[in-house]
Amino acid sequence: MQLKQRLHNNVLYISMDGELDHHTAEFTRVHLDDLMTQTKAAQIIIDLARLSFMDSTGIGVLIGRYKKMKAKNVPIFICNPSNQAERIFKMTGLYSIMPKIG
Amino acid sequence: MKKKFNHMKLEISAQSINESFARSTVAAFAAQVNPTLDEINDIKTAVSEAVTNCVVHAYKDKGDNMIKIECELYADHIQISITDRGKGIKDIQTAIQPFVTDKLEDERSGMGFTVMQSFMDSVNVQSKYGEGTTVTMQKIFESRPVGQAKAKRA
Repeated sequence: MQLKQRLHNNVLYISMDGELDHHTAEFTRVHLDDLMTQTKAAQIIIDLARLSFMDSTGIGVLIGRYKKMKAKNVPIFICNPSNQAERIFKMTGLYSIMPKIG
Repeated sequence: MKKKFNHMKLEISAQSINESFARSTVAAFAAQVNPTLDEINDIKTAVSEAVTNCVVHAYKDKGDNMIKIECELYADHIQISITDRGKGIKDIQTAIQPFVTDKLEDERSGMGFTVMQSFMDSVNVQSKYGEGTTVTMQKIFESRPVGQAKAKRA
């Protein structure tokens, strides 16, 4: 898993590149927390275009980050999910707390 | 039901690094009968959920920690069985409910069985407490015109 970040107009863009499963979850969690807690951005957009695989472990990782950023009033948005990620997001109601954009 | 096309058995140790190995291997096996990309990715996701369950739940502090994966491939469907000899599930009906997990502190979503049920055409869970669990799943491949399948093979 590789995370790339870009700050633009007060928005932190994070691109996830690789596979998000139970094996890569801990690294992803720690790395996302590093990027997110250091930022002064007003909102965060997570781009999943390069995420080649995600299972339900990804839901836990994303909800965990949502909770941390909610405490700082920084909303998180999702863009470019795969068909499978999209279905998991819909069945878990993730989009109600992390809306999809784009 | 059409004739069996291929059959495989795989045994791997219950380590998280094998989650991607297991789902990629089953996906490559299923690809032999030219399913759609979506069908392949559905299978990958479901296998990942089942294998992750074995790694996370089945074998806590147990010496024997192998996961057995058996696939029977037909022209129109695949049957995948994933077996562990771990601690087993006390109450299957509760365990398979959405958002049920005993690992909430690890940020587990409790959606594994729900994802398997949604992505596969059938999911059956057999478990004996203290002895292990077998998850058997089937995915039916949508039929496509022969020409289309050939074009994909090229």
